[in-house]
Amino acid sequence: MEMPLPDPALCADKAGIVARLKAVLPGDAVIDDPFETRAYECDALTAYRCLPLCVVLPASTDEVSAVLKICHEAGVPVVPRGSGTSLAGGAMPTADSVVLGVSRLHDVLEVDYENRFIRVQSGRTNLSVTGAVEEDGFFYAPDPSSQLACAIAGNIAMNSGGAHCLKYGVTTNNLLGVKMVLMDGTVIELGGPFMEQPGYDLLGLICGSEGQLGVVTEATLRILPRPEGARPVLIGFDSNEVAGACVRDIIRAGVLPVAIEFMDRPCIEATEAFARPGYPDCEALLIVEVEGSEAEIDHQLSLIRDIALRHEPVELRESRSEAESARIWLGRKSAFGAMGQISDYMCLDGTIPVSALPEVLHRIGELSKEYGLGVANVFHAGDGNMHPLILYDANKPGDLEKCEAMGADILRACVEAGGCLTGEHGVGIEKRDLMSVQFTPEDLEAQMRVKDVFDPKWLLNPAKVFPLEASASRRTAGKAAA
Amino acid sequence: MERIRPETEEELAEAVRGAEGPLRIVGGGTRGVDCRDDLPELSAGGLSGITLYEPGALTLVVRAGTPLAEVEAVLAEEGQRLPFEPSDMRALMGTEGMPTIGGVVAANVSGPRRVQAGACRDSLIGVRFVDGRGDVIRSGGRVMKNVTGYDLVKLMAGSHGTLGVLTEVAFKVLPAAETVAQVEISGLSPARAVQVMAAALATPCEVSGAAWLSGTGRVLLRLEGFEASVDYRTQNLRLALADYGRAEIRADSAQVADMWRELRDVQPFAGRAGDVWRVIVKPTDAPLAAEALEAEEVILDWGGGLIWALMPEGTDARARLSGIAGHARLVRAGPETRGRIPAFAPEPEPVAALGAGLRRRFDPRGILNPGLMG
Repeated sequence: MEMPLPDPALCADKAGIVARLKAVLPGDAVIDDPFETRAYECDALTAYRCLPLCVVLPASTDEVSAVLKICHEAGVPVVPRGSGTSLAGGAMPTADSVVLGVSRLHDVLEVDYENRFIRVQSGRTNLSVTGAVEEDGFFYAPDPSSQLACAIAGNIAMNSGGAHCLKYGVTTNNLLGVKMVLMDGTVIELGGPFMEQPGYDLLGLICGSEGQLGVVTEATLRILPRPEGARPVLIGFDSNEVAGACVRDIIRAGVLPVAIEFMDRPCIEATEAFARPGYPDCEALLIVEVEGSEAEIDHQLSLIRDIALRHEPVELRESRSEAESARIWLGRKSAFGAMGQISDYMCLDGTIPVSALPEVLHRIGELSKEYGLGVANVFHAGDGNMHPLILYDANKPGDLEKCEAMGADILRACVEAGGCLTGEHGVGIEKRDLMSVQFTPEDLEAQMRVKDVFDPKWLLNPAKVFPLEASASRRTAGKAAA
Repeated sequence: MERIRPETEEELAEAVRGAEGPLRIVGGGTRGVDCRDDLPELSAGGLSGITLYEPGALTLVVRAGTPLAEVEAVLAEEGQRLPFEPSDMRALMGTEGMPTIGGVVAANVSGPRRVQAGACRDSLIGVRFVDGRGDVIRSGGRVMKNVTGYDLVKLMAGSHGTLGVLTEVAFKVLPAAETVAQVEISGLSPARAVQVMAAALATPCEVSGAAWLSGTGRVLLRLEGFEASVDYRTQNLRLALADYGRAEIRADSAQVADMWRELRDVQPFAGRAGDVWRVIVKPTDAPLAAEALEAEEVILDWGGGLIWALMPEGTDARARLSGIAGHARLVRAGPETRGRIPAFAPEPEPVAALGAGLRRRFDPRGILNPGLMG
C-alpha cells in the first residue's frame, strides 16, 4: 500500500503551522509532541501507521472553522478523525497532514420526542446516542459492532451499518441533518428535523464521503420507539448452500427479520472454543431475530421454523427467554474476539447478492487453499454483507502481503458476483486501489468532480478512496493552487 | 416541439452528446415538470423493462422508462412492493400518459409510508445515468449495503433530470402487507391532530401512515402487516390514544387501502380550482404553518411533516410561511403564477453555490432541464 510522498515544505514548516493553530485553539487542543501524536498514527487498520504534523482537538464548530481556514490558506492536508475505529484506514494520517479529531465535540444539543429526533455533536459515540434516549423508550438504529467507541462523525463519514440494517437501514437512512465546515472554513447546514430537504440531496452525498467533503460537527439523527421485544432462533445446516437457500425462502415468505446472521464451520468452531455458546456441530449456522410483541414474535418464529424445517436443519433452537437469547447471540458477538485468540486476521467487508452466497463461499474456500491461509466467514446474510476473516501471522515475513492479495481476490469475486468492495467499512486506503475493479474511469471521474466542488484544493483526506493515479493530477493541481 | 425517444442507453447517450442546445428531460411527463416547454423533449420512456428481479434478495433493477404500474404489478405477483409508496399525480396535475419509474426517482416521489419506510431515495440502491457530457455513469449497484465510493445514488434522486438522465434504477423492495387497518379520530384541530400523530408514531405499533384532512377534521393512522399482528397493534394503538378522543377502528383492508391511495395521490384537490403547494416543516410546526398559509384546504401527511395546501390562485405561500423553518414547492399553478413564483424553494447561498457547482460539473453545457430547480 502506497501513500503519496509528504510535502517537504510543509514538514519543514511544522513549527509555523503549529504556532498558527495554537493562536486559535486553547493550548491543550493542539498536540505536536511526537510522543503524544503517536496515539493518532493509525486507526483500527493497524498495519499502516504514520505520524502527522500535529493533532488538533477543537471543541466547537467555530474552532473547527478556524483550523480549516488556517490549513486551507497554508495548503495543509487535513485528516478528520472520529474515534479512530475505522477498519479501512480512513483516519490514517500522512506526515504532512493535520489530524482533526472531534472527540471534544460530544454533547447532546437537543432531544425532541414529538418530532422523533436527537441533535448531537459529532464526536459523541454511537451507543451514547441511544443512551441519551433509551430511558424514554427510544433508540438510534444503526449499530456498528464498534458502537461503544465509534463516533457519529465516523459513522457519517463511512455510512456505517450494523446487524439490524435489513429492517432499519444504515446511517444515511437515519440521518436527518448536519452542520458541517467546508475546507475553506465556511459553515453550512444541510437538512434538519425535516423529512426532506430542498434542492439536491447533499446530505445523502455527505454521508459516506469518508471525510473528503467537509467536517461534520453536529448531526440531527432520527430516533425510533423501541420495539416491545425481540427473540432469535438458531438454525444449523450441513451445508452453506442450504443455509443460503433458507435465507432466501425466509425473505420470500414476507417475514422481515431485524437480523439474519450467518457463520460458517471455522467460525462456529472458533467461537465454540472461545465462548462456549453451545452451538451445534455443523457447516453453517443462522441466527434469525424478529421483533414485536410476544404473540407477534411467536407468529414470525413459527413461520421461520416451518420454512427452516423444509431445509432439514441439523438443529433448530428457538429462544424462549432472555437468557436463551443471550446464549444464542454470545458466539456471534464474540466471533471477532474468538478469531483474534487464534490468529491475526484481516476482516473484509464485501457485499454480494444473497443469491450468490453459495458460489462466493465456494470461491473463498478455493482461494483459501490456493493461498494457504485460513478463512472464517461471519456475516449479515439478510443484506449480503460478508465479513470473511483471513487468518495470517503478522510476525511471519510476507504473510500480511499474501493476506492482502487474497483479500483483494475475494473482493474481486464479490464484484464479479454482482456485489461491491465494501458494505459498511468504507474504502479508505485499504480498498482504494481496487476501486477500478468496480468502477469505470468515468464513474470515478464523476465522483471526483463532487470533491472538486466541495474541496477544490483537494486538502481533505486527499489520499483516500480514489486510486492514487486517478486522483494524482487533482492532488497536484490543488497543492499548486494552495 | 421535437421529441427524441431513444430505446437504448447508448442511443440516449448519443442524443445527449449530439444535442446542440438545451433539452427538456421527461419520463412519462405526468408530474408536470416545470421546465420551458419550448425545448426539444428527450424522453427516457423508450428504455423499458425489468433488468433483474430477485424476490429472495429483495432487489429489483429496472430500466428508467418502465411504467410504474408495470413495476408494481411485477412486484405484486411475488407479494412484494416498493416501500416508499410512490404517487400517481395524473388526476391532481390534469396530465395524461404513464408515470415511469425513472420519473419517480428523478422527483424522489415518496408517499405516506415515508414516516415508516423512508423516502424513495432510501430504497434506491443503484443508478445508471447519462450526464450532460453524454458519459454513462454508474453508482451504487444491486446490493442493499454498499459504501463503495460516493453515494451519487442519493444525489440523483430528486435531481429532476438536471444532473443526468437516468437510464436504470435499482431498489431494495419489501414484502407487501398481508393486511391493512386504520385507527381514526374525528373532530380534531390541526394542533390536536399533530399531537395525536406524534403520540401514535412514538408507540412501537409501527404506524405506517399518519395524516389529517382539514376537510373532515379526521386523523387517519394506518397499520400494516400480518393479520394477527395488525389486530394486536390496532387495539394497542387505540388504547394508547384514549386521551385524545374516541378512536374508531376501520378493519376493511380494501377500503383502507383505497383511502390511502387517494391521500397519496392528493385526490381531494384534484379537479378543483386553485394552486397546489407542498410544504415541508418540522411536524410540530405544522399547525402554525397551516394557520399561516390561510389555505382553502390542507392535508397534513407524514405526521405533519408534509403539508399539501390548496391555495387561491397566485398566492405566494412562501411569503406567508416566512419565519417558519422549512421549505415549500409550488406543485400546480397557472403559467402566470409560475412565471412569477419559482417552483422550487431557494436555498441559502453557500449551499446553493454547492448545488450550482455540481450542476456545472455534471452538465457543463447547461443543457439538461435548464431553469429547473433554480
